[in-house]
Amino acid sequence: MNIIDRERMTDGRADAADAFAPYGQEVGSRLLLGTAQYPSPEILGNAVKSSGAGIVTVSLRREAAQGGGGDRFFELIRSWGVHVLPNTAGCRTAKEAINTALMARELFDTRWVKLEVIANDDTLQPDVFGLVEAARELSGQGFEVFPYTTEDLGVAERLMAAGCDVLMPWGAPIGTARGLANPYALKTMRNYFPGVPLVVDAGIGAPSHAMHAMELGFDAVLLNTAVAKADDPVEMAAAFGEAVAAGRKAFLAGLMEPRDMAAPSTPVAGTPFFDLGQKR
Amino acid sequence: MQQDARQAEQGTAAASRGLFVNGEACASAAATLTELVRELGYGERRVATAVNGQFVAGSERDATQLKDGDRVEIVAPRQGG
Repeated sequence: MNIIDRERMTDGRADAADAFAPYGQEVGSRLLLGTAQYPSPEILGNAVKSSGAGIVTVSLRREAAQGGGGDRFFELIRSWGVHVLPNTAGCRTAKEAINTALMARELFDTRWVKLEVIANDDTLQPDVFGLVEAARELSGQGFEVFPYTTEDLGVAERLMAAGCDVLMPWGAPIGTARGLANPYALKTMRNYFPGVPLVVDAGIGAPSHAMHAMELGFDAVLLNTAVAKADDPVEMAAAFGEAVAAGRKAFLAGLMEPRDMAAPSTPVAGTPFFDLGQKR
Repeated sequence: MQQDARQAEQGTAAASRGLFVNGEACASAAATLTELVRELGYGERRVATAVNGQFVAGSERDATQLKDGDRVEIVAPRQGG
C-alpha cells in the first residue's frame, strides 16, 4: 500500500515532493482548521498561525444591518494569508446548499466550497442524496467541491461521478471528539480511492486521532472544535499541526504490520542459560 | 384615463410590501432588492442576498423586483467549521 509513496522518498527531501494539492492548489500543511467557537478573534488568529494550517473553513450567516461583524471577520481571515474554504453548514436540502454556495462564492471570491447537506439534527450526518445532487449542480457551475460525506463507497463513487475530485469522510459526528469511529471503513475507503485526496473531517478530539487518520494514509485532516474548545487553543493547534505532520511522516516511512502472537525483538540466538532440548 | 393610470401606478409604488428579511417580518416600500438593502442600512458592507430561496447576485439586485410576501436573505461572512 505504501509502495508508491516510498518510491518518492529520497534522502529526507520527501517533504518538498510530498505535496497536498486539492484541485491542483498546493497547500503546505495537511491540517485544515475551522474558525468557529474560539474564545476571541485574537485567539483564533494565533491558533491558525500556531497550527500552520494552510486552509481555514468559514461560513456565512444572516447579518443585521446594525451588525458589521462580517466585514471585520473577512478582513481578519484575509490577514492570515491562507486559503479560505466556505461551508454550507446548516443546509438541509440540496437547494439550500446550492444557494448558500452561490452566496459564498460571491462573498469570499472563491470557487471552493465545503459542501454539507445535513440529514439529522442529532447526528448532523450527511444527507447523502442531497449531497450528491448538490455536488453535481455545483460542479456543473464551476465549483470545486469538498463534500462532507460518510465512509460509504457507493456515495463516494457517486460524488466523484458528480464532479468531486476530493472527498471528506467523517471520523465521527461533528463536535463529538470521538476520533475515528470506524477506522476499518476509512482504511477501506483509502484503498478504494488511491489517487484521490481524502480528508478526514469531523469528530476529531485529540491530536492522536488526527495522527491515526494520517497513519492510515489520509491526505489531510479537518477539525475545529478540538482546538477551539481546548483549554489552550493556541497550544492545542500547534499540537495538532505536529501530530498531522508526524502521522504523515509515519505513513511515508511504512508502518509495520500488526500481528496477534508475540515475536521477540531481541535476537534469540545467543541467549545465555539457554539449554537446547531442555523444557523450560 | 392616462392620468388615472399614472396615479394608480404611483399609488402602488409608494405602498408598503410585507416582506420577510432574515426570517423576520418587515414592511418596506423598496421596489427592488438594491433599494431594500440600502433602506435597511447595510451601506457598502459585504453581503450576499437571496430571494425566496434563490441566490441573487449583487449585479442583479437592481433588476430584482420585490413583491408582497417575498422572503429575503441578507448574509455576511462568519466563523465556521
